[in-house]
Amino acid sequence: MKIGIPKEIHPGEKRVATTPEAAEQIIKLGFSVLVESGAGLNANISDEAYKEVGVEIVDNAKTLWNKADIVMKVRAPEQHSELALNEIDLLPEGGCLISFIWPAQNEQLMQKLAAKKATVLAMDSVPRMSRAQKLDALSSMANIAGYRAVIEAAQHFGRFFTGQITAAGKIPPAKVLVIGAGVAGLAAIGTAKGMGAIVRAFDTRPEVKEQIESMDAEFLMLDFKEEGTGTGGYAKTMSKEFIEAEMALFARQAMEVDIIITTALIPGKPAPKLITEGMVKSMKPGSIIVDLAAEQGGNCALTEKDQVVVKHDVTIIGYTNLPSRLANQSSQLYATNLRHLLTELCPDKNGTINVNMDDEVIRGTTVIKEGKITWPPPPPKLSAAPAPQTEAPAYASVQEQKKSVIPDSVKQFIPLVLGGLALFGIGSVAPESFMTHFTVFVLACFIGYQVIWNVTASLHTPLMSVTNAISGIIVIGALVQVSALDRNIQILAGLAILIASINIVGGFLVTRRMLEMFRK
Amino acid sequence: MSHSLVTMSYIVATILFIFSLSGLSNQETARRGNYYGMLGMAIAIIATALSASVTSYTILIVALLIGGAIGARAALKVEMTQMPELVAIMHSLVGMAAVLVGYANFMDTSTNLIGVEKTIHEVEIYVGILIGAVTFSGSVIAFCKLSERISGKPMLLPGRHWLNLSLLIAAVILGYVFLQQTETGGGSLPLWIMTAIALLFGIHMVMAIGGADMPVVVSMLNSYSGWAAAATGFMLSNDLLIVTGALVGSSGAILSYIMCRAMNRNFISVIAGGFGTSGGEAAVVEGEVTPISAEETALLLLDAKSIMIIPGYGMAVAQAQHTVNEITKLLRDKGKKVGFGIHPVAGRMPGHMNVLLAEAKVPYDIVYEMDEINEDWDHVDVSIVIGANDIVNPSALDDPNSPIAGMPVLECWKGETTVVLKRSMASGYAGVGNPLFVLENTRMLFGDANATMQAVLKALKG
Repeated sequence: MKIGIPKEIHPGEKRVATTPEAAEQIIKLGFSVLVESGAGLNANISDEAYKEVGVEIVDNAKTLWNKADIVMKVRAPEQHSELALNEIDLLPEGGCLISFIWPAQNEQLMQKLAAKKATVLAMDSVPRMSRAQKLDALSSMANIAGYRAVIEAAQHFGRFFTGQITAAGKIPPAKVLVIGAGVAGLAAIGTAKGMGAIVRAFDTRPEVKEQIESMDAEFLMLDFKEEGTGTGGYAKTMSKEFIEAEMALFARQAMEVDIIITTALIPGKPAPKLITEGMVKSMKPGSIIVDLAAEQGGNCALTEKDQVVVKHDVTIIGYTNLPSRLANQSSQLYATNLRHLLTELCPDKNGTINVNMDDEVIRGTTVIKEGKITWPPPPPKLSAAPAPQTEAPAYASVQEQKKSVIPDSVKQFIPLVLGGLALFGIGSVAPESFMTHFTVFVLACFIGYQVIWNVTASLHTPLMSVTNAISGIIVIGALVQVSALDRNIQILAGLAILIASINIVGGFLVTRRMLEMFRK
Repeated sequence: MSHSLVTMSYIVATILFIFSLSGLSNQETARRGNYYGMLGMAIAIIATALSASVTSYTILIVALLIGGAIGARAALKVEMTQMPELVAIMHSLVGMAAVLVGYANFMDTSTNLIGVEKTIHEVEIYVGILIGAVTFSGSVIAFCKLSERISGKPMLLPGRHWLNLSLLIAAVILGYVFLQQTETGGGSLPLWIMTAIALLFGIHMVMAIGGADMPVVVSMLNSYSGWAAAATGFMLSNDLLIVTGALVGSSGAILSYIMCRAMNRNFISVIAGGFGTSGGEAAVVEGEVTPISAEETALLLLDAKSIMIIPGYGMAVAQAQHTVNEITKLLRDKGKKVGFGIHPVAGRMPGHMNVLLAEAKVPYDIVYEMDEINEDWDHVDVSIVIGANDIVNPSALDDPNSPIAGMPVLECWKGETTVVLKRSMASGYAGVGNPLFVLENTRMLFGDANATMQAVLKALKG
């Protein structure tokens, strides 16, 4: 099948849905790839680079949409300003489209696509489960957005991030507050931390505390008990009391920090308003707010979508195209996500896709199947967060079974007592001659015990082979018997000598061979 | 040679043996220790041969020469990966020799003991043959298991504990019968039956033990062979044999103890065979592994500062130690810190991995024991697990229902990235799923260990 990659037409969109590296892999799956001329230019990828890996370059969008069986894009289809027609009209009847769709927000678009009898896979609807991680474009884009958010903040911020003591005086480090520790939030934490800032983070989901702390940031605790984890690892709307406590915390922090990066989103709902105008006013002059939720209305009351505004001496950045501002990187990741999706769709590597609705990942991603709207999918069975483990009680019951009738304090004396009795028993009947040998035996055991504990673990194998050789000392027993008069005894003793000498010679030689190998 | 002179030679030999074992406490003195052992042995044999009790030399010299030649040939020919087999078969020889000496002594009627001394002497013969026979058959089975002549899986007969117990009781009863009959000069029949029972017991005992427990078995048999020698010493009233046997016996016992502790297993439960079956179902491992190619692994290694290699039995099977050494050398030349982490029970006998690495000329001062490195994983950028599974299984620490729960493991997942070399997705010897494979910072490199290591080496050079 032919896969077409058109040039993105959304103003300011610099990403492209495939890179030469990804295209090469896709071709290996048996597909052929068409790319519209100039599609990758904004992401620093030339047509020639595509050609080198065997991609066909198509001159204009119309031909491309016509020729391709599957169209892969970044943005959802929209009005084409140059051709003065909608991209949906370009999609052939019964065609296949893979891109971001946002079905919840774009009902009209969904209807139109359904009317085209199209099959549509939405990269924003990839279910959140561990198997689908490699095609989770939202995560990979969020990662970039988080990074870029810090870079944008740094650009507008009038000071260093890192603290320094210079000859000209002391520079305090910047204080950054990250609200919402999803993928974007964590990426922002990592970037800000890497630049030397003091980073604090807040999230309604308590299980992210560990992740935040693992990145060396401070987790702001809210003294309030409410579980904020919704289905699929996303956050949910919290109770009124919780929000009040949360707002009080933000108000305190706003006075203190220099940069606030907000990433709080609840799926399918407008972004929660977390930073009020009052808080903005309370911030120090020159402070920065980067609002990653600007697309959904913004976490800050004063955010203006796609704009950088300065209000009350605070710069508020409301860009919604942060991934596109790192076009090459995000194209690479997005292209890899798409490639993984194609690998899932084409398990036989024969260049045809099979939209297998029994596969949970493909089922979740597919929003329209041959003209039938299949969105929303049934809820995923697995949450991204592991189920709480109930190991403590299980362990306790195992312990209980092992308890026996005899208390431990008595138990540890049993071997001692038994040993003592046995020794006493032997001593009471054994003759003198036996006892001298027995003394030697017991003392030798203790010497052995002391000596062997000093042997290093790495020499355990040579130890075994040398003890092997030494236990060949049994040959002595055979030596004294070989001179007996009885023929049978002679034969037995001779055999014993033969066997024992194998041990002696073999054991010592192999030990020597091994020890020769140990070199510094 | 006079009797006193022989005894004096024995004392010298004993001291030399003790020096020999204590020499193994570190690599520098180990070679000297081995020579002490040889010297001690030579003194003991020559002194005995020259003593008054030895008069005919033909059989003696012929047997010594033949045996020595066979031993030398075996020692020079054996592959280092086959060391466990060699050690096992040599244990069986000691057992066999003990049985033969025991029978010879039983047939020898020249000793004239009476009363309790006679009884004790008979008991010594009986016990010596018993231990010797168990050691012999057990070691033969261990040898067969190690060389994969028979399956390494534990063979668990129904009611095996009862079987063992009844064999033991039968041996005790036969011992009593044996003592009764020797009063009248007989006793060979119960001795024969007992030998058969002991052989059976040895076979059954080792058959029931799984492949992963082999290090314990090998060291336990080592211990038995020592006790067999000690019993022979009692039988012959020979202090040299007693001392040497006791040294070897306690050495093996300590090794078994160390191995058991390293697996967090009770010695009794290992010997009783099979895996401890208490506790619930172990958690099933779910998730997807992230594969990696040899080229990517090479890039990862080039990027890393500190690298830890964890070898397991799979490295021995694939004979990958030489390639691993080449990689190590290359990386060290590039200024990277490379170390080896050795779990006490890695491989099939104590210290197996150390010998393999030494054979490949890996310097021993970068080979670390588990306790030396388990604190330092934070500083490790990349760890490479070669053909190991249970010894790097996190569920040993966090899943109380796991069959290996509580066993100390190499906590490589605490490092930045772990690359696991594996033939395919199959569980290790213990049949335990390994959550390490599906961790986010784990990459799986599938294929034969040696072939993939070769590929990595090529990528590193290229």
